[in-house]
Amino acid sequence: MARYLLLRALSLGLSLVVASVVIFALIEVIPGDPAAFMMGLNATEENLAALRAELGLDGSALDRYVVWITGMLTGDFGISYTYRVPVAELVLDRLWVSLPLAVYALTLSTLIAFPIGILAAATRGTATDYGIMGATQLGIAIPNFWFAMLLVLLFAVTLRWFSAGGFPGWDNPAAALKALTLPAVALALPQASILARVMRSALLETLDQDYIRTARAKGLSRAQAIRRHALRNALIPVLTIIGLQFSFLIAGAIIIENVFFLPGLGRLIFQGITQRDLIVVESVTMLLVFAVILVTFLVDLAYALVDPRLRRR
Amino acid sequence: MISLDRLSLSIHGTPILRAVTLKITPGEIFGLVGESGSGKSMTALALMGLLPRGAETTGAARLDGTDLLTLSEPDLCRLRGSDIAMIFQEPMTALNPVQTIGDQVAETLTIHGKAKGAQARRIARDRLDRVGLSHVALDRYPHELSGGQRQRVCIAAAIALHPRLLIADEPTTALDVTTQAQILDLLKDLVAEEGMSLLVITHDLAVVADMADCIAVMNRGEIVETGPTAQVLAERRHPYTRALFAASSHAPDRAPQGAPEPLLAVESVHRHYPGPRQGFRRGPPVEAVKGVSFELHKGESLGLVGESGCGKSTLTRAILGLDPVQGGDIRLFGRSIVPVMPPELRAGIQVVFQDPYGSFNPRWRVERLVAEPFHLLTDAPKGEDRRARVAEALRAVHLSPDDMAKYPHEFSGGQRQRIAIARALITRPRILVLDEAVSALDVSVRARILDLLAELQDAFGLSYLFISHDLTVVRAITDRVLVMQSGEIVEEGPTEAVFDAPAHPYTRQLLAAAPRLPDLTEAQA
Repeated sequence: MARYLLLRALSLGLSLVVASVVIFALIEVIPGDPAAFMMGLNATEENLAALRAELGLDGSALDRYVVWITGMLTGDFGISYTYRVPVAELVLDRLWVSLPLAVYALTLSTLIAFPIGILAAATRGTATDYGIMGATQLGIAIPNFWFAMLLVLLFAVTLRWFSAGGFPGWDNPAAALKALTLPAVALALPQASILARVMRSALLETLDQDYIRTARAKGLSRAQAIRRHALRNALIPVLTIIGLQFSFLIAGAIIIENVFFLPGLGRLIFQGITQRDLIVVESVTMLLVFAVILVTFLVDLAYALVDPRLRRR
Repeated sequence: MISLDRLSLSIHGTPILRAVTLKITPGEIFGLVGESGSGKSMTALALMGLLPRGAETTGAARLDGTDLLTLSEPDLCRLRGSDIAMIFQEPMTALNPVQTIGDQVAETLTIHGKAKGAQARRIARDRLDRVGLSHVALDRYPHELSGGQRQRVCIAAAIALHPRLLIADEPTTALDVTTQAQILDLLKDLVAEEGMSLLVITHDLAVVADMADCIAVMNRGEIVETGPTAQVLAERRHPYTRALFAASSHAPDRAPQGAPEPLLAVESVHRHYPGPRQGFRRGPPVEAVKGVSFELHKGESLGLVGESGCGKSTLTRAILGLDPVQGGDIRLFGRSIVPVMPPELRAGIQVVFQDPYGSFNPRWRVERLVAEPFHLLTDAPKGEDRRARVAEALRAVHLSPDDMAKYPHEFSGGQRQRIAIARALITRPRILVLDEAVSALDVSVRARILDLLAELQDAFGLSYLFISHDLTVVRAITDRVLVMQSGEIVEEGPTEAVFDAPAHPYTRQLLAAAPRLPDLTEAQA
């Protein structure tokens, strides 16, 4: 177990180093003057020189990488060029929207996907199964921004149960959760559809295994055999998908955050790109990469919890 | 008292069982014998109420007057595991890999509400002790146990509630002879101790010959002969019983071989594996093969026997040039294959494994499967030539050239093994390595494959290295035999001599463990 953990942690660290080098190279080293890119065509030579000095572009690539990485490690992400506030502050503010939104959406998606995936597997080949499979097919096919607009039209415009967008802050947790509900539903629907299908096929595969027959021969009913033996074995592929989905939800909510005017990380990076604020883009990208790699690491740990055969590696 | 009364079964309209009638009295061991597809497993599943979807039954399956076929599912759940229990063929996959063995044995008790928590674990411990696993902790996982140990765990879970009937479906088919003998002994003892009945389902008459009180022989969903074991074995009234009996100890006719001419020479070969991981280090290396030497001659059939883990598969991989050796030399057709086998030699030595299905790409047609080893030849035939060679190989194994266009799933187990042999023959090799090649087959199918192997040996002058844990088969097809134990060859000699007068205690032990049909030639006279 210790060895498995160490290897996973090692791979986590290596991935981070590689990712940081790639991001740094893409944004800073590749030909073209970042300062000229940020200030546009009408910049004067003095302004450009001032910005270059501010960005520390005068040093060698290695020096700048070391400065950037040390900054990231100590929580100093630089000062945003457009907002004129530390990037760390910006990110922290936005994280308080994006992270709860991702967790909310993932919880919803899991809560929907598990029961219907299990139900579809348990009723394989019946009308229920076909119904669920058809519905999930539809759930995957519908673009989430379009679904989000339908939600707004129905629940915000017609029924007036929710507001159409914006975020009131966490001072009033109930209001904050309410504001995140429609976006979370819009994000969760396609995720739940995918997850339910994975759950169904993973469960069907384990239900064909010999140990399910053994369990039935011991006197377990079909439902007991699924609950006590099949589910945990079916969890490995499901965990993989949950991990991928969480990473996607943290980074990939850009469109939904824009539809609902949520001040999240997705919007921040979107604005950073349109305003050519490379400092923000660079730091937020690195942060998102860190989140994705961390989630992968956590999923690896979850594998070991679920499957004793991994613990000995 | 368990009885089947004119039980008929069809699945989606296809008849599977026809008017099966049998009676099992308390404390009796009943053997149900037949080849795969004969309906013997379906008979057991009918008793358990675990028939697949689309099954329709007529007749009755009675347990002390209760007709099991009319019971509701919840009633059946109460019965399963408590009155009727069952163990299956594949101990490797019959246990849940993510649950400890203690939990899996205790589950039988908890699910029936007979014990809870610590008490259930105490009883589980007791039952595991009873099946000979007193040295194995409750918190072990199945992957940490051997095949024989896992089958014992299955037995412990099955007998946890002292059922009246235990059904054992091919309980030892996947195990080697020594383990098989131990498991069969355990089952016999349990029957005597618990006073339960035992229904043993097997394709091999020899397995039940000296343990069953009664035998029923099943063929195409019908019981063709039944009665006390001694009577059935002696009379063999039905032709199918006679065929099964003959198949069980079938020895093909083989032509005598010519003068010795060594094709393969193995000289004091050593094979080591890195030791098991202990935290961040490795333990001492495992010596799987410790200085083995032998020669295989032209046209000879050489047997290599030993139980699982004795190193015979490791040795085989080294001979095939798949793994490097750590000492000694292997010479093939006079040339050393250490450290690397020269590519031009590969075509001359081919292999057939136990499970041909696993070695076939399911999306390839037979033509492509059989022609695959052609990549070993520098001047591989192309186009029509290639098809002709594949057709020739298929004809040699008594399949039709028309089978070229089919996929592997369209064939039976025996036919698949024929395809695997055709694939091995396609490069016209001089040596065939048969690694447990007939171990997964029914006795009757096995007999036909053995005939085929003898015929091919005559026709092509092949040499066989026949690796098996099944002594009956080795005796039937080999001229010489090597007995391997813990990485060493402990005895070798002409097959008949070794089997008639084994010199090494391990050989004697193996022979004693092998199930045998009584010699009935005198009884008939």
